[in-house]
Amino acid sequence: MEGLTLSDAEQKYYSDLFSYCDSESTKKVAAHGRVLELFRAAQLPSDVVHQIMELCGATRLGYFGRSQFYIALKLVAVAQSGFPLRVESINTVKDLPLPRFVASKNEQESRHAASYSSDSENQGSYSGVIPPPPGRGQVKKGSTSHDTVQPRTSADQQEPVSPVVSPQQSPPTSPHTWRKHSRHPSGGNSERPLAGPGPFWSPFGEAQSGSSAGDAVWSGHSPPPPQENWVSFADTPPTSTLLTMHPASVQDQTTVRTVASATTANEIRRQSSSYDDPWKITDEQRQYYVNQFKTIQPDLNGFIPGSAAKEFFTKSKLPILELSHIWELSDFDKDGALTLDEFCAAFHLVVARKNGYDLPEKLPESLMPKLIDLEDSADVGDQPGEVGYSGSPAEAPPSKSPSMPSLNQTWPELNQSSEQWETFSERSSSSQTLTQFDSNIAPADPDTAIVHPVPIRMTPSKIHMQEMELKRTGSDHTNPTSPLLVKTSDLSEENKINSSVKFASGNTVADGYSSSDSFTSDPEQIGNNVTRQRSHSGMSPDNTAPPPPPPRPQPSHSRSSSLDMNRTFSVTTGQQQAGVVAQPPAVPPRPQPSQAAGPVVHRPVDADGLITHTSTSPQQIPEQPNFADFSQFEVFAASNVNEEQDDEAEKHPEVLPVEKASDPASSLRVAKTDSKIEEKTAASAPANVSKGTTPLAPPPKPVRRRLKSEDELRPEVDEHTQKTGVLAAVLASQPSIPRSVGKDKKAIQASIRRNKETNTVLARLNSELQQQLKDVLEERISLEVQLEQLRPFSHL
Amino acid sequence: MAVCVAVIAKENYPLYIRSVPTENELKFHYMVHTSLDVVDEKISAMGKALVDQRELYLGLLYPTEDYKVYGYVTNSKVKFVMVVDASNTALRDNEIRSMFRKLHNSYTDVMCNPFYDPGDRIQSSRAFDGMVTSMMIQVC
Repeated sequence: MEGLTLSDAEQKYYSDLFSYCDSESTKKVAAHGRVLELFRAAQLPSDVVHQIMELCGATRLGYFGRSQFYIALKLVAVAQSGFPLRVESINTVKDLPLPRFVASKNEQESRHAASYSSDSENQGSYSGVIPPPPGRGQVKKGSTSHDTVQPRTSADQQEPVSPVVSPQQSPPTSPHTWRKHSRHPSGGNSERPLAGPGPFWSPFGEAQSGSSAGDAVWSGHSPPPPQENWVSFADTPPTSTLLTMHPASVQDQTTVRTVASATTANEIRRQSSSYDDPWKITDEQRQYYVNQFKTIQPDLNGFIPGSAAKEFFTKSKLPILELSHIWELSDFDKDGALTLDEFCAAFHLVVARKNGYDLPEKLPESLMPKLIDLEDSADVGDQPGEVGYSGSPAEAPPSKSPSMPSLNQTWPELNQSSEQWETFSERSSSSQTLTQFDSNIAPADPDTAIVHPVPIRMTPSKIHMQEMELKRTGSDHTNPTSPLLVKTSDLSEENKINSSVKFASGNTVADGYSSSDSFTSDPEQIGNNVTRQRSHSGMSPDNTAPPPPPPRPQPSHSRSSSLDMNRTFSVTTGQQQAGVVAQPPAVPPRPQPSQAAGPVVHRPVDADGLITHTSTSPQQIPEQPNFADFSQFEVFAASNVNEEQDDEAEKHPEVLPVEKASDPASSLRVAKTDSKIEEKTAASAPANVSKGTTPLAPPPKPVRRRLKSEDELRPEVDEHTQKTGVLAAVLASQPSIPRSVGKDKKAIQASIRRNKETNTVLARLNSELQQQLKDVLEERISLEVQLEQLRPFSHL
Repeated sequence: MAVCVAVIAKENYPLYIRSVPTENELKFHYMVHTSLDVVDEKISAMGKALVDQRELYLGLLYPTEDYKVYGYVTNSKVKFVMVVDASNTALRDNEIRSMFRKLHNSYTDVMCNPFYDPGDRIQSSRAFDGMVTSMMIQVC
């Protein structure tokens, strides 16, 4: 040490500070921790602080010994007085005021400082201290009256070191702003800082009456004050307490507080608040607010109208301008009325204001009205530094958001809401996943239960299919048939490629879909296309070879599926001729194929016939409860399967709602197959047993084909069976109409509706597929021509 | 981005007027004052019967060489007048409408404050000021 000479006051002050910093009583203080905070509280720029530390040798030693500490403190005083920092200045500068450490403990510090110095100096220092607006203490000085904290201050003497920085608090800034109004006569300016320092002082063994909470308060920082006076609404606020000197004011703690809370209560409040951000409402406060609320509005869930609130708050004698600001801040929903939360926030702000705290720019988080009434106690500290302004990150506006950690109760709300949102989203997503396919069906189909499972179900289970079949049978068969009829007629018109038609009929299901997948991806069908795709995909793989040109009448398609188709058609035709059996199949196939086609179409990627098959099947099955006669389908399916390999069947299959009449997919299929099937259907018409009527024949063919292709794609017999079952059901729907008649008319009508929808969808799909088919066929033809041209060369 | 924003009461006295400070504010005050005639004209043109159907947004009241003045009137005959820079061609009608809508909303919030006496100058609402500031041209 360089011969540091300290005055007595300084000596005492320093030793107290050192004791404070030296929590471990090791006679040396670590450079970090309290010392650092202390220096920070000195409000010196950091470089100055570093310089000080360097000068005093702490950096050399790595810690602050007592001597270093004293030197450092002296240097702080030097710096604060504006003198340059020099080693020699510690001794040269005379009459240096005690270093001032600003922080929440400001006042106390200042007081302490004052206390240490002579009285005059005391006053002087006070005045010195007062000026810095940020200094909380100053404010307090004025109004100290109520501060219960003040009792502490009374202990100025007792608080040798109080000014020591309160380690935790850095909030200083905000309190400072609050300070601005502290001078305001509006009374209640209890010295907040007093509260703060109070607790701080306790460690020093000061017997501060209320400061037991001291520590807590300190940490809490600043606005403990509100607690102190807050109540005195009705009476003139603390105005009475004005500017008594600290010591006096300290005594004064009287706190006008009329509120029931006793000083102890205040202190307690203060204490509790100290942990939190300044704006936290303590339990007692809240209780008080709630009681006040009840006096105006007995219903705690009700509102206080603006006029009543105006009267009430006007009693606080705050200027209207400020009240208006407070209202702006606290009326969260801007409805001109105050809920309990809003009222508490407003009340709290008024109390704070009266205590000299400046109003924040934005509503602090802890004051945000919660969706649920909460006890604010909780979480403290969420804004240690925020006091006042920062306005808490949570912006006033909307935050009933989770950003308010302190609001325990908000959490449940949020959780609930989030849960709700989650569920909602889940639902919505699930509904989306339903894919149009289902959605189309869903409304019409009373058996909506199927809707969900349908799209989700990738691989239809036999059981399900059977269920679907049953359901289908129950529904109206006529629908499927009718669209099929229409479609078939269209299809027959075009008749471009017999084979293709057949293809379509037989394989449309599979081929059409598969090709459709590749060529077109009808988004609509995507969802539902699961089943369809399966069916299609089944076909598509087989349909690698370009569909045999329509001219090529191969009853056996180049693709296996086509062959099947032929066979199927023949079979089907035979079946159709059989009559009843044939007819129903015709109709149902349409929706199904369309449906199947849909998914297939939309799923370009889906080369997996199995999937498509399965997807379509299940879809088809559920959607066509009308088609009861799956058994018949099975027969067809078996025959159709063979034919279903055709690519072109892609579209046709769709058109052939074999499996589901009602599915929109089927309508798509129908649509698709329309173009393609036209050609094919013509050919397939005869073969298309599924359609009972001739016009239906073509469509059924594609349908069947699809089914078949699906089946083919699906190596599993099950699927095939299912599909065939579906097909059969579809096909059988017509003939089975009489059977279904017995079922509920409603179901029938519903199925009719479904089928119609399916038909339209399928029709669309069909047309698209037809287009694709045509293109493909053209390509095929051109390729074949080239091939032939090249062949001679190959021989060469 | 407005150059001047004014809120005129039913009795045609200003409740709030704020201009970009760079220019001679008196000029803007004068412009707003003269625009009131145009506003009245537009209101009366609608006729009594159409009061309810009358659209609140009045559109361009009148253009001057340097500025364009837009008007908006509420159902309680409180008028909002906004002066924008004529050179600001990017400012579309929709944007003006949205600015008036915001003004109207903020004005309603001010009205809801029980501590505000209708008919007083709007000087206490920070939110209102903030909103207007956001609409003004950032000159500085």
